[in-house]
Amino acid sequence: MDWQIVIDSLPLYVGGIRTTLVLLAISLGSSFLLAVPLAVARVSPRPWISRPVWLYTYVLRGTPLLVQLFIIYHGLAQFEAVRDSAAWVLLKNAWFCAWLAFTLNSTAYTTEIFAGALKATPVGEIEAARAYGLGGFKLYSRVLLPSALRRALPQYSNEVVGLMHATAIASTVTLVDITRVARDVNATHLLVTESFGVAAVIYFVLTFSLVGIFKWLEHRLLRHLRPQSTTTAAAPARA
Amino acid sequence: MLYGYLPALLEGLVLTLQVSATSLAIACVFGLLGATAKLSGSRVARWTAEVYTTAIRGLPELVLMLLIFYGGQIGLNKLADAQGWGYIDIPPFAAGVLTVGFIFGAYLTETFRGAILAVPKGQAEAGLAFALTPTQVMRRIVLPQMVRHAIPGFANNWLIMIKASALVSLIGLDDMVHRAGLAAATTRAPFTFYMAVALIYLTLTSVSIFVLSRVELRYSLGVRKVQF
Repeated sequence: MDWQIVIDSLPLYVGGIRTTLVLLAISLGSSFLLAVPLAVARVSPRPWISRPVWLYTYVLRGTPLLVQLFIIYHGLAQFEAVRDSAAWVLLKNAWFCAWLAFTLNSTAYTTEIFAGALKATPVGEIEAARAYGLGGFKLYSRVLLPSALRRALPQYSNEVVGLMHATAIASTVTLVDITRVARDVNATHLLVTESFGVAAVIYFVLTFSLVGIFKWLEHRLLRHLRPQSTTTAAAPARA
Repeated sequence: MLYGYLPALLEGLVLTLQVSATSLAIACVFGLLGATAKLSGSRVARWTAEVYTTAIRGLPELVLMLLIFYGGQIGLNKLADAQGWGYIDIPPFAAGVLTVGFIFGAYLTETFRGAILAVPKGQAEAGLAFALTPTQVMRRIVLPQMVRHAIPGFANNWLIMIKASALVSLIGLDDMVHRAGLAAATTRAPFTFYMAVALIYLTLTSVSIFVLSRVELRYSLGVRKVQF
């Protein structure tokens, strides 16, 4: 292993880490904001609201992310109308296309996760909320969503890690993320350990940092669902 | 249709299916080995399997693919040099399916482990009491019953794997996505071709979901459903 190459390419990797993390953060933020209302729509009893959302998640989850990204980045340029439109400034930008593709893709998975958690709401919780006179928007914002989003945390953390891994695909559309840096270093020096090996270590550390953050969040936010410890502190001696 | 590129695209589909199916077979082997190792009494086996699944799940598929593809080639070259075998070239197909199979073997390890644990212990004990050998118990009693528990996880992994097969185009395999890229470059109609590929993938996943739900029903015969 040639440490000099690793040290020399370290600034490149730092830039790659920044690209990966920024891409992850903006895609996660926008997909979360979209997924919450879509999940509410997905569990709606009215088919004309829930079916379109089902179709959206079905199509996006049934096709490879790589192909979705290629459709947006390479595909849309086929149409003159797109190239002449005001949106072209954005659509010819690899960052924008990657963000759009990851957002659309992650929204589909996140919507299903949140919808699943909403469906698993104990009936008693809704009944209690209704008994207190909550309905409509307040029922969701005060009772259903806070409870469902917490319960969705373990699965949501999988999606976050999955999306972080998926950002590696951005390296195929000119974005210089960790994977792209590794491919460049490998192309220059033809040394696998110093390129993909280093990238693997970085991804590994990022993955387990994310897992750690979510473990901590679960510990805090799901306190009410933890089994009560049976060994309660020594009961005060009764006289 | 598709500027006459449809047959070429469908040839790519055949390769995509070959990659997926071969990888699945390899993944099942790794998965069963991993699950047996994780449930075995040997500490070395348990730790090896633990390192395997943790490492794979901590890394992006694409990076693993590139790592194994390039690293495997270089490792093999070094080995060949040391042994004096001369230059050995790994065919891209073998590299692709071994990589995808190795990756999804780790995910299937967890699926199979859970499914084996879901088979009541008394079943295996009864088999042993009838003087079956441990291999016979595994093959005749545990495996047929664990299938039912494994199907949901297995179906999930198969769907992810079909989609992951799109990545093999990046390590030089001439699959559907690669062919769509070539056709798009010639005809300047990338949208048409990538859309066609997306539709084919959607058909593949839809058919898979349908078939696997049938298989699940078949293996759940005689299992009473909970009525709410």
